[in-house]
Amino acid sequence: MPPYTLRINGGARRVDVAADTPLLWVLRDTLGLTGTKFGCGQSLCGACTVHLDGTATRSCVTTVAEAARANAITTIEGLSSDRSHPVQKAWIQEEVPQCGYCQPGMIMSVAALLNKKAEPTDADIDEALGGHICRCGTYQRIRTAVKRAARNAAGPQGPRQGGRRQMPPSPPPAKPGGGGR
Amino acid sequence: MTRLVSVPRREFLKLVPAAGAGLVIGFHFGDEARADTPPPAAAAAAPGAPGGTFSPNGFLQIDAEGRVTVWSPKSEMGQGVATALPMVLAEEIGADFATIKVEPTWFDARFGDQDTGGSSSVRTSYDPLRKAGAAARAMLVQAAATRLNVPATTLAAEQGMVIHVPTNRRLPFKDLVADAAALPVPQDPVLKETTKFTLVGRPMPRTDTPSKVDGSAVYGIDVKVAGMLYAAVALSPVFGGKMVRFDDTAARKLPGVRSVHPIRRGIAVVADSTWAAFKGRDALKITWDEGSGASESTLALRARCEELGKSPGKPFRQDGDADSALQKAPSRIEATYEAPFQAHAPMEPMNATAHVERDRCTIWAPTQTPGWAAMEVMKLTGLPREAIRLNITLLGGGFGRRIMPDFVLDAVEISKAAQAPIKMTWTRPEDLQHDYYRPYSHHRLSAALDDLGLPVAWKHRIVSTSISESMEPGNPHPESDELACASDLPYAIPNIRVEYAPAPSVVPRGWWRSVDASQNVFVVESFLDECAAAAKKDPLRYRLDLLKESRRVPYPGSDMVLETDRLKAVIELVAERSGWGKPLPAGHGRGLACAFSYRSYFAQVAEVEVTKGTVKVRRLVAAIDCGKVIHPGILASQIEGGAVFGLTAALKSGITVDKGRVMQSNFHDFEVLRLDEMPRIESHVIPSEAPPTGVGEPGVSCAAPAVLNAIAAVTGRRLRRLPIAPGDLAS
Repeated sequence: MPPYTLRINGGARRVDVAADTPLLWVLRDTLGLTGTKFGCGQSLCGACTVHLDGTATRSCVTTVAEAARANAITTIEGLSSDRSHPVQKAWIQEEVPQCGYCQPGMIMSVAALLNKKAEPTDADIDEALGGHICRCGTYQRIRTAVKRAARNAAGPQGPRQGGRRQMPPSPPPAKPGGGGR
Repeated sequence: MTRLVSVPRREFLKLVPAAGAGLVIGFHFGDEARADTPPPAAAAAAPGAPGGTFSPNGFLQIDAEGRVTVWSPKSEMGQGVATALPMVLAEEIGADFATIKVEPTWFDARFGDQDTGGSSSVRTSYDPLRKAGAAARAMLVQAAATRLNVPATTLAAEQGMVIHVPTNRRLPFKDLVADAAALPVPQDPVLKETTKFTLVGRPMPRTDTPSKVDGSAVYGIDVKVAGMLYAAVALSPVFGGKMVRFDDTAARKLPGVRSVHPIRRGIAVVADSTWAAFKGRDALKITWDEGSGASESTLALRARCEELGKSPGKPFRQDGDADSALQKAPSRIEATYEAPFQAHAPMEPMNATAHVERDRCTIWAPTQTPGWAAMEVMKLTGLPREAIRLNITLLGGGFGRRIMPDFVLDAVEISKAAQAPIKMTWTRPEDLQHDYYRPYSHHRLSAALDDLGLPVAWKHRIVSTSISESMEPGNPHPESDELACASDLPYAIPNIRVEYAPAPSVVPRGWWRSVDASQNVFVVESFLDECAAAAKKDPLRYRLDLLKESRRVPYPGSDMVLETDRLKAVIELVAERSGWGKPLPAGHGRGLACAFSYRSYFAQVAEVEVTKGTVKVRRLVAAIDCGKVIHPGILASQIEGGAVFGLTAALKSGITVDKGRVMQSNFHDFEVLRLDEMPRIESHVIPSEAPPTGVGEPGVSCAAPAVLNAIAAVTGRRLRRLPIAPGDLAS
């Protein structure tokens, strides 16, 4: 059981867990970063989404060994220190959350989307968030908030320059077994 | 009438040790008729219960700094009680809403009935909160009047200050609290006029939003206590099955696994992390005695219900003589409808944290019913009420699932066996396969139309797997949660007969968001459209004709009364806002449905597009009359969320059973509506100063029938079984 070093939210954390442990449970149980949520265990709901080197990634099917290869892991706790990230601000402005359980995952996917595409279309939003589930049914506000976040990020000068055009890679495919039974 | 009491500081500190000084008013949340006959959980009030014979369960404090805190016995599960309830209070006090704090309660007999459900929190708390707030305001104003030596009538309370209106002199609450606390609590304080509310009715920032966008919100699953271990469970895959034996040799060899404990309904693995516990659980070799439950299946249940539906059930509504009117009619319309079991599937899987010690038990749980859970914990542990501390966390969705105390008891059993604090977490398959499901129901309907095409007779026979029989076998009222929106049919039909018969099943049932309305509105509003279609009438005109006369329809066995004028008004509003009757592109159609649900009046129009047998819901327009609106944003959220819940049940998912097992295991085979399938949803409100009524559940009921009626409008095909299947519209 080798110890792993995770470069996470701007710091480095050493963890001593089994190689097949999903990043999700390292974050939640080992590191106490409980903002990342467990919803399905099989990459079906998006509640566990974090960034690995800027890419929205399902932490429930990403092992700690894979995560340790990333140069930067970002969780909801690391998105900003004061809810000032444009996506967080938009989520507050549009009063998106109901129970709120799925929202950290949504917010992380949207933050990754906006990094790659400053002005996402409805189709971009569908693709980035189609893998997420909100059982409270906040989808309509989410779509509005994504667009508002894009405006927040752009500021008064219009869209940010340098927004790359390509779509974010799809999350890793579902892996059966393990905790998902 | 809500009584108010001044709670002495020493008494209050026994309940809330950290509360400090200030003005504390005790009042009664919820139905005060229950104050004198406390619910079983509170039957023997703990010693030192404040307030003498009247035990308040709501507490409002204005502390020495002038800050307002209210201890709310209602769980926050996304429905917004942590915002709406303090808004009502702050409005009457004249407090600064930005500084008001709403504190969750923990199980304590002195908090009385702490149940959250039935879309009742605002409805039952509105009057008590207003009265308690008005009393606090009157006391602060009186203290200011004495201080300034001016008449109280010249003073107003706003934004945390008492203001002398003629001179604009301002005294902050903190300067008045000590004097106000010494005054008697007025029993009949003057309430504000609702038309002059400045806070209630505005979309104030939700108090829970900030913590829900930065990951700091603490749900049950996020609880961490010192020395805590992690637990996973394996429960019988077949309902009613029992574990015969297990082999934990492999499980115990896994790193991180600490111990294995049989519990009453399965077996638990305790480990150093959730992941290790899951792996340990997967490594167990378990032999189950499946028992008689293994013969249950959806197909067998359907056959059983069809058979039961052939005989008359027990009548619960008999207007005129429906049977003879149907016999005499030259033609009859008949149809059979079916709605499946449904899982709640809140995004936060079931979990609880428990620490059982020799003489006490501490629990952290996302629960809608701490009183029920605590009562069961008492039975399980033998500990007295005072030895149980049940802390209520945020709920990652409830929808009725977290009314049931089962998961709390599992955690307590495991902690007791492991002799350690443990957090038990279920996986999604356990959540879907060990739910208390929305009942399966089977409906036989018949109607006879007169020369004008309006129904003269309506007969509805419901056969379902009753919730109350599942809770309590042999319950003399199996119909108690099965008839809403069926037995109180609002339409002017001279002969109505509504019958009910319970169907046995081993599958556990429970209260699923909107409960009986979720299936009965689907059935009644679909069948009414079938009548309209047979009469070649516009479904909107048809409903309005049947509601033409102003009537009051009592709900059998309840104090609820449906006013047809208010129902008609929401239908007219939704028709106008949806553009009912205006042309649509080819392949598009509209459908309408309405309901009187949780004392609110609700109507919805769905606009769908059907292309090559595939349905896309484009737009949903809703209108509601829920009395006085506390928070328009939360109201709209609940209507949007209710619609998504209803659409999921109509279009995406159901729970099916075979060999006594639930066939669905995760979100790949229990699919829910996703963002890319989301229609545009609009909500419109009938302005009202009437007392507020339910908001959390009415929005679920109309989505299915509005969509199915729209599909029928486009295709001429009437779908009568939910959820609709891909082949249903194949040509």
